[in-house]
Amino acid sequence: MKKKALSLALCAAMAASLFVGCGGKEGAATGGESVDTSGELTWRVGGIGPITGGAAQYGQGVMNAIQLAVDEVNEAGGINGYKVSFNFQDDEADQQKSVNAYNTLKDWGMQILEGTVTSGAGQAVSAETYADRMFMLTPSASSTDVTNGHDNVFQVCFSDPNQGAVSADYIADNGLATKVGIIYDSSDPYSSGVYQTFAAEAQAKGLEIVATEAFTADSKTDFTTQLQKCKDAEADLLFLPFYYTEGSIVLTQANQMGYTPTMFGVDGFDGLLGVENFDVKLAEGVYLLTPFAADADDDATKSFVSKYESQFGGTPNQFAADAYDGVYILKAALEAANLTPEASSEEICEALISEIQNVTYDGLTGEGMTWNEKGEVSKAPKAVIIKDGAYASVD
Amino acid sequence: MSLYKNLNKSTQKLLGTIGVILVLYIVMSIMEGTGNLSSLMKGLLVPVCAYSLVAVGLNLCVGYLGELSLGHAGFMCVGAFTSAFFSRATQEIIPDVPRFILALLIGTVMAALFGFLIAIPVLRLKGDYLAIVTLAFGEIIKNVINVMYVGVDSKGMHFSIKDQMSLGMDLDGKMLINGPQGITGTPRQSTFTIAVLLLILALVVVNNFVNSRTGRAVKAIRDNQIAAETVGLPVTKYKLVAFTLSAAIAGVGGVLYAHNINSLTATTNNFGYNMSIMILVYVVLGGIGNFSGSVIAAVVLTMLPEMLRGLSTYRMLIYSIVLIVLMLFNWAPAILKWREDHGLTTAAIVSKFKKKEVR
Repeated sequence: MKKKALSLALCAAMAASLFVGCGGKEGAATGGESVDTSGELTWRVGGIGPITGGAAQYGQGVMNAIQLAVDEVNEAGGINGYKVSFNFQDDEADQQKSVNAYNTLKDWGMQILEGTVTSGAGQAVSAETYADRMFMLTPSASSTDVTNGHDNVFQVCFSDPNQGAVSADYIADNGLATKVGIIYDSSDPYSSGVYQTFAAEAQAKGLEIVATEAFTADSKTDFTTQLQKCKDAEADLLFLPFYYTEGSIVLTQANQMGYTPTMFGVDGFDGLLGVENFDVKLAEGVYLLTPFAADADDDATKSFVSKYESQFGGTPNQFAADAYDGVYILKAALEAANLTPEASSEEICEALISEIQNVTYDGLTGEGMTWNEKGEVSKAPKAVIIKDGAYASVD
Repeated sequence: MSLYKNLNKSTQKLLGTIGVILVLYIVMSIMEGTGNLSSLMKGLLVPVCAYSLVAVGLNLCVGYLGELSLGHAGFMCVGAFTSAFFSRATQEIIPDVPRFILALLIGTVMAALFGFLIAIPVLRLKGDYLAIVTLAFGEIIKNVINVMYVGVDSKGMHFSIKDQMSLGMDLDGKMLINGPQGITGTPRQSTFTIAVLLLILALVVVNNFVNSRTGRAVKAIRDNQIAAETVGLPVTKYKLVAFTLSAAIAGVGGVLYAHNINSLTATTNNFGYNMSIMILVYVVLGGIGNFSGSVIAAVVLTMLPEMLRGLSTYRMLIYSIVLIVLMLFNWAPAILKWREDHGLTTAAIVSKFKKKEVR
């Protein structure tokens, strides 16, 4: 009888713990929340990005930068007199996880989403936000599939087609090369998006593409095969539209092979100089596109970089800069719309869609940014070259 | 009640499982109707059913065929991509409901077909060797999908395995499968009701299958292949049937998954070996050969990381620890003995509830 009672009690406890778990989840704060809201009316801004897994460094940069901006905004009196609370959820750069993260944020009471960090997750989440009428401003999901057909989604970064075309124009107009080799990550929408527009524009500009080599997320540690093929095809410029971690490996391996073409990266190469155990001398003469340089001289950048370094350690990259700008863009649009957090997320969404198109914003990643109804930002990618271990403008 | 008692044990157990699923379904529906269900839970209902289906499919293979398959995510992938491709291609031509039914059929049949084709070489092997080969086939499926580019424009269908540009499409064309970026814009048609119905259907099918003449033959082959051969059972045929059915059910799970999310890609995490291992974990934790156990394990392990979101980045660590603890609690011999001594085995707990019912 004793055993029976014990087992029943244990069963009951198990069942109860399940329900307690559910109940706690719905109402109370989650771990990602940063500002103590304790009943006070605040703007509820959510963020989604990978803070674990392979793409964690981008998500963490975005999370830290939004936190920094939100703290600044709150210190200066908030938006329209109300403070901002911020909640960031992990998505491991996976679509399903990203939708789960979005639903978690909705339960938290999110009114505006500043996310997602990666394009693949962004495509899945933008369909959800579109159906729910939730305003979405993505700092770094640059694929056009994120904004296509979704009037509520806007980008802080420039879109992929933009980058590919600018790169091809720049190479052709400045006569950097005649034979171009391309290595790209075919499993990444960002990388293949840039590659596609680059190839199309290169053809129009009369650049000869002698080698096109792809790799995937599963095989991004060894590029000797791809480099050898480009070398055999006698490419004198390598176009490398992917992120800087792989970029550092490509540069190191090309150096070991004694292959020295001009290297041309896009905005993903921003951060190259901060890679650990990477000989920055190899990056000399590398071209890249970036809207943001961490060692720029203007006061806004200086203050952002020093605050970021002291609070989180490490140098912020352009993802972080885009995310930081995102908060102030939202602030500007919300102030223009003259809204209060009492408005529902649908009302905020409709108001912001029209207001953000009237906003002109000067930030870390560009001057006079404006947005069109497609959700794209009007800032031009700028080419820089790495000289003496620092970015130098080439114009 | 007497009607229920007259049924054989396995049918009673099946009815019990279906009953529990139905009760949960009704509870969830009421909670959703009254607005008490959190968005997170709402969003998880369909994926949970999809994973449960795949786990049930794999359990048929592991528990009754007795062969370890590490490629079931591949069959899920086939079901997901073929059905999503069909839905996307005929989005403007066929109305919603018949299109989804057709997509479901296509996804299931294609997964079954691939299961059949792959089973022919694979089932010539046994044990570890078979597991490795299924792992390889799972990866092949994923990688083949990752190089496919299919688009459609006014001139018709274009296909390439190089890149999007080599399709040479008109500007008005739309991409159906865009290589590693997969299929975007699949209509969202999986609902919880459909998912639950399919899950119940799958449970009924596998339950009837394992207790049928064919199922008994499959079990006989599992227990002793040489003995089964000597009594004249066509071993290859029965193995093929079981493996194909197993793949088909995984395909149904894939169809549900694909029609629940706007953008479908084949990555290691959702259709690669990571997922295959995850499904195997559901099966092993739930009990090999125990279908309702697979469903419970799939539900618990899918919900767990989401429930642990409050712990932020520590949740991955906690999740692993919980997994180890659960595995030990369920299957470590010493703990099983302790549970038996204290009346904490599943059978003992269930029998207590049964006594109550009678009173």
